[in-house]
Amino acid sequence: MTLHPMIAALRKHKAGVVLIALQIALTLAIVCNAVFIIYARVQNVQRPTGLDESNLFMITQQWVGAPNGDDPASIQKLDAMMNEDISALRSMPDVESVTPINSLPLFPSSWNGAMSLKPGAELRAGNARTTYYFGDENLMKTLGLHLIAGRNFTAADVTNKGFRDPSEANLVIITKPLADKLFPNSDAVGKVVYLDGSSTPSTVIGEVERLQVPSVSSWASSFVWNSTIEPVRLNSNFSRYAVRTKPGRLDDVMRAVPSKLYAVNPMRVLDDDSVKSFKDIRAEAYRADIGMAVLMGVICLILLAVTAAGIVGLTSFWVGQRHRQIGVRRALGARKIDILHYFQLENLMIAGGGAVVGVALAVGLNRLLMSKFEMESMPAYYVLVGLAVVVTLGQIAVFVPARRASNVPPVVATRAA
Amino acid sequence: MLGYYLDLALRSFKRNKVLTLLMVVTLALGIGASMTTLTVLRLLSGDPLPQKSGQLFYVQLDPYPKDRPFSRSGKLPWLTTYTDAMNLLHAHRAEHQAAMAMTRVKLIPTTTQQRPFFSNGVMATADFFSMFEAPFQYGSGWSAADDDNRAKVVVIADYLNDQLFGGANSVGRSLRINDQDFRIIGVLRHWAPQPRFYSLYLGGPNYGKGEAVFLPLQSARAAGMDPINSMSYAAGDKQVIENSPTIWLGLWVQLPDAAAVSAYQSFLASYAEQQVALGRFQRSRIGLSGLMPWLDSQQVVPDNVRMQTGLAFSFLLICMVNTVGLLLAKCLRRTNEIGVRRALGASRAAIFAQFMAEAGLIGLVGGGLGLMFALFGLWCIRQQPAEYASLAHLNGQMFLCTFAVALMASLVAGILPAWRACVVTPAPQLKSA
Repeated sequence: MTLHPMIAALRKHKAGVVLIALQIALTLAIVCNAVFIIYARVQNVQRPTGLDESNLFMITQQWVGAPNGDDPASIQKLDAMMNEDISALRSMPDVESVTPINSLPLFPSSWNGAMSLKPGAELRAGNARTTYYFGDENLMKTLGLHLIAGRNFTAADVTNKGFRDPSEANLVIITKPLADKLFPNSDAVGKVVYLDGSSTPSTVIGEVERLQVPSVSSWASSFVWNSTIEPVRLNSNFSRYAVRTKPGRLDDVMRAVPSKLYAVNPMRVLDDDSVKSFKDIRAEAYRADIGMAVLMGVICLILLAVTAAGIVGLTSFWVGQRHRQIGVRRALGARKIDILHYFQLENLMIAGGGAVVGVALAVGLNRLLMSKFEMESMPAYYVLVGLAVVVTLGQIAVFVPARRASNVPPVVATRAA
Repeated sequence: MLGYYLDLALRSFKRNKVLTLLMVVTLALGIGASMTTLTVLRLLSGDPLPQKSGQLFYVQLDPYPKDRPFSRSGKLPWLTTYTDAMNLLHAHRAEHQAAMAMTRVKLIPTTTQQRPFFSNGVMATADFFSMFEAPFQYGSGWSAADDDNRAKVVVIADYLNDQLFGGANSVGRSLRINDQDFRIIGVLRHWAPQPRFYSLYLGGPNYGKGEAVFLPLQSARAAGMDPINSMSYAAGDKQVIENSPTIWLGLWVQLPDAAAVSAYQSFLASYAEQQVALGRFQRSRIGLSGLMPWLDSQQVVPDNVRMQTGLAFSFLLICMVNTVGLLLAKCLRRTNEIGVRRALGASRAAIFAQFMAEAGLIGLVGGGLGLMFALFGLWCIRQQPAEYASLAHLNGQMFLCTFAVALMASLVAGILPAWRACVVTPAPQLKSA
């Protein structure tokens, strides 16, 4: 089949051809970028935190009438209250492990600073930004972290200090990405680091494989895996505990926690959000991302459907308009399959032309989005897959009207002029 | 004439039910999606204090060392140090001026039935209420003297008053905050500027219901309350943020006219120069931004919302292109009818008007259906946990806007097909018919 008569026919329908091609181009541009955004969000959500997330929950509570000062007596009183809570939680049946903690990955509260290899370096001149987690010797077990070098804290390593006390722990465990950044050529375990511009050294005693920072916002994206764990119980008039339960016992333990803690000391605030499973913490952290991905997905599907419907509509019209010509072609010996191929090829040309324009639009839109939002450059295969998808969509959409065209009987040619 | 065109349009719809339905639904989907996102965008980027925002200005200074700047891209620090805030407040160079920070408070109801709970509180200096025109239901705000004397007084929000005191006049009663008693001196009417411009960078939510309690800055600090956000820019004692190199206060001033603005600008500039001379600052950069420019420059509206709006309008564009195509197909199929009408004396303008009326009718029906989609979309948004969710309602303005956009979209979509219809030459059509 030669293309020449087809192009001649299309010339008579310039407006329709341009409209279909334009619609395909716009659809390709938007769907490619939307799918790319969805993919980026999903990838963000799916990255593991480094924790064993099942059977884990966190308690946030605040004491009423507790000391609020920074004097040693107040701090020791607060520490005693914290230890009471911890031992009460540990004594619960089905609880495997408990640690005091200041935050968890994905939880909207964080303590950030910088770590350097020199003493007294000012805060922002540190060698590596990091987030701090404070817990006791059970932190590793409770969170289910993987120690890949060195050792865990022992009970004797754990100290306590007031919330506003600027002194730093003398032992720390850091994550592998942080260790690699600080000591690119050697083993971090046993090395000395200085936290937050402190002049007293801290020794790295262990390295964990992976531990995400709490914040999922873009400002923390440069140090997502740089975490430091200090063996310190932070004392203030509020406290947080991470609890690991025996498999499958999470809900029961979470339900029993408030009454257990009220029994230890009724003068405290525990509200609806105080006892939260890690699953909920994760869901809340990523809710906006998932919502956006779902919305984009729905819009993409509707867009593809609208475009397909548009192709069906216009092609049906063309088939109706060329009813007689089709009859003449059939009478002159064209087979049904020739008519079918004619419309399919015609659609392929229009969709192909639109898709080429669409590729340029897609790349342009990606550049525009990169300049306005925090987005990466879209890899070329997105555009190529998008191109294949819209061309296939065109072929599928054109099939029904093309089939109807191929069923036009040759006898139509003999009817009224 | 219009009645006749509408009658013709209805007849043509009846002939091509599927095609018509397709056009209406497509247009309605586009309208629904764009109106939903536009409503949210307008809500989030609205003016929090329409009658006052032109007079309110946000003050920024730069106490950061030159070699370790606040931001590499040259942004000014978001917040102010205590020292600078107090120096500027006590200079009284603006009509009103107030420094503020946000704090987390633990509220302990006096009745034993209610458990203690957490809420957000504002710590601010005396001009806060008069400058932001916060309306009082009972009582009033505190004076500068109350603040200086660290008086234990508090102003509470309407919803807290309803919750704790059943909406009665609670002025004079006491409220236990963070284990200390504060005397209530004022109860606000409902007041929650959207977005909450003054809490930007102070750690509170940008949208949603307002803070529960308002406390004098000095009194709150004396009672041991800490700001939610604070940032240190140099090593130093961090225990007392009043004396440490820490930024933690938001500073707003009210300047009634352009002369006052330029006077304050030069005052600020000379203040910064003076601080450089004293060695406290290394750079004399200053910032004085009007409320709306400040919100715009800080991009308060979440990226997701802006992206969704863009997506929805691109979607509307594709729906329109689709409608143009389908309308074109429909009208070219009716060239015979057009030929007959032209031969019977209808002018080109009449044909054009007829097809535009048809497009407009599709727009109105599509707009009506689109309104349903938009209401559904907003309902979906209200079910979301976002802090602005409860505000997502369609107001009268947006209601009219929906129909205007739908009508416009369909008329624009109708121009090309109507033009093609009106240039049909009658003779060949009549011959072939």
